[in-house]
Amino acid sequence: MSSPGSTGPGATPPGRRQRLLGELRLWRPLDLAGVAAAWLVGLLLVVVAATLLLYMGYQGLQYVNLDLLVSRPQPGADQSQTGGILDPIVGTLLIILIATAIALPLAVGAALWIVEYGRPRWLARVVESGIEVIAGAPSIAIAIFGLAIFQLPLFGWASFAADGGGVFGRSFIAAGSVMSLIALPSIFATTREALQSVPRHVREASYGLGKTRWATIRRVLLPTVRPDIATGTALGMGRIAGDTAIIVLLLGATLQLQAGSDIPGVGTLQGTGSTLTSYVYNNSPTGEGNAPEKAYAAAFVLMLLIIGLNLLVAFIGRRRAGNDLPR
Amino acid sequence: MAEFPPPVRRIGADGAPNVVDPASREAIPEPIARALAPSYGPERLRIDGVSIHYAGAAKPAVNQVTLPVRQGEVLALIGPSGCGKTTLLRSLNRLVELTPGATRDGRILLDGEDVDHLEITRLRRRVSMIFQQPNPFPMSIFDNVAYAIREQAMRRPGKGVLAPRVESALRRAGLWDEVADDLDRPALRLSGGQQQRLCIARALAVEPHVLLMDEPCSALDPISTGVVEELIHELRETLAIVIVTHNLAQARRVGDHVAFMYLGDLVEYAPTEELFTNPRADRTRDYVQGAFG
Ligand SMILES: Nc1ncnc2c1ncn2[C@@H]1O[C@H](COP(=O)(O)OP(=O)(O)O)[C@@H](O)[C@H]1O
Ligand SMILES: [Mg+2]
Repeated sequence: MSSPGSTGPGATPPGRRQRLLGELRLWRPLDLAGVAAAWLVGLLLVVVAATLLLYMGYQGLQYVNLDLLVSRPQPGADQSQTGGILDPIVGTLLIILIATAIALPLAVGAALWIVEYGRPRWLARVVESGIEVIAGAPSIAIAIFGLAIFQLPLFGWASFAADGGGVFGRSFIAAGSVMSLIALPSIFATTREALQSVPRHVREASYGLGKTRWATIRRVLLPTVRPDIATGTALGMGRIAGDTAIIVLLLGATLQLQAGSDIPGVGTLQGTGSTLTSYVYNNSPTGEGNAPEKAYAAAFVLMLLIIGLNLLVAFIGRRRAGNDLPR
Repeated sequence: MAEFPPPVRRIGADGAPNVVDPASREAIPEPIARALAPSYGPERLRIDGVSIHYAGAAKPAVNQVTLPVRQGEVLALIGPSGCGKTTLLRSLNRLVELTPGATRDGRILLDGEDVDHLEITRLRRRVSMIFQQPNPFPMSIFDNVAYAIREQAMRRPGKGVLAPRVESALRRAGLWDEVADDLDRPALRLSGGQQQRLCIARALAVEPHVLLMDEPCSALDPISTGVVEELIHELRETLAIVIVTHNLAQARRVGDHVAFMYLGDLVEYAPTEELFTNPRADRTRDYVQGAFG
């Protein structure tokens, strides 16, 4: 490894750097400029990301404390009276739970159907394009469409209906259902790609043992692609946690969880609330709440949550690379 | 799913009923018939005028092939790559139906029964297959074999019921001693040769009558290849085996009969030594002498 000029252990081996410089000298000026620009852009992005993280960390750690995390938010003119962010945390987790519970089976089912059956072919194409459209649609457009749906009398049970028959249309059920569309494309895409990359002979090994398509899916294909489904799900959860538009329009963005009926549990699902995103939105200096310290704290918690989900994705990926396959 | 039309043509006695008499030579055309040696067991599988056509292909991938597969013998299919060996093999357990647009003519009889009339899951348990790439499932060693044993309608039988059958399959595949101490290990952690023997154990666990092997050693090192070939020797006592190989030395080592295919046609079928030492067709001679392929 060490070149003749190196002075001993611990010294930077100059060989590699010299080789690199020597290589660069052979390059044409335009290439050099291109490489330099790429380096610059890369560094700039790193600086932006680091600044963001440091700033959020600095602001967040300043205001985050245990008390804040476990006490409920209160309306108040003064920041010291606005309480904690318990409800938005619970709201965020609840929305992630509802939306994932809906999106996961739909996305995996759609991917299985398209890859393993794919018939009729035109319908498979239509479904695929439909999911692509959803993936590309701005969430505010999805949100306003969702609101129109959940205000239909048909969905009166999902939120609460006024005596006159008007349906409020905003609830955990409504927001969670619509939010599932945000997570669905990434779960669908990772599952579909994983299924497509399962070699033909693995399926045929199962069919060759006299197994039905369904047994093959359940016992061979799903276990094979489980890490990819997990990756897509974690990515989708990150997108859910980060979305604001659907929450503002469909969850009501009320400071506290407000039950929509007296039925225990179900009432909460029929009721309104907020998530960390809508909490930040409402309490940032532009919002009506004007409690920027709380907004920073909530944004910091949200970032931690999303970084956590991303670490989970990386972890799953590494486990897979290590061939530590599910049993 | 591919449509399989009724058989259009049969080679041999025209108009004769489609009953397979193991001793009958009529159904096999000259010059192939000379190969029928009386010393083998009953015919398990009869490939009768089988042609297979892929959608969009100008000529059939397999063209009018007639071959017997008997108990107690290994039939080796050889020929240059692309000549239809895999396609023919995959038609024997109707795996070829999984390819959209593939159609088959002719008949395949398993113990006298037309495979098109057999329920497909039953057929595939009687005609089991080993693939070129070792392809264990992402489960434990035990579960790989247990998965094969469980029949469709069976509620999950307990380990107590499965364990002896798993053990016996692993023993037959010559893998038991290497894995017995940790059957819960993921199968994908095994070496390539062990994985292929696990696949053989899996294929044996369904207690097949016929074992199809598509270049089972091409992904294996020489030592594993030797182990698998040894295994083939032992298994042929109880099974009819069809093995595809493009390794002529292997065909010579393991085959009792050899069938040489070229561009979808069956060119020659003969007892192994005869085909290698005294081939009738020029194409066969060129091939076994390494002139092409
Ligand atoms: N799924 C398929 N679709 C279309 N053509 C195929 C397919 N599989 C094989 N073929 C064609 O059929 C012929 C025989 O292929 P194959 O049976 O795989 O040959 P071998 O196993 O002898 O190498 C080749 O010309 C090949 O290109
Ligand atoms: Mg082949």
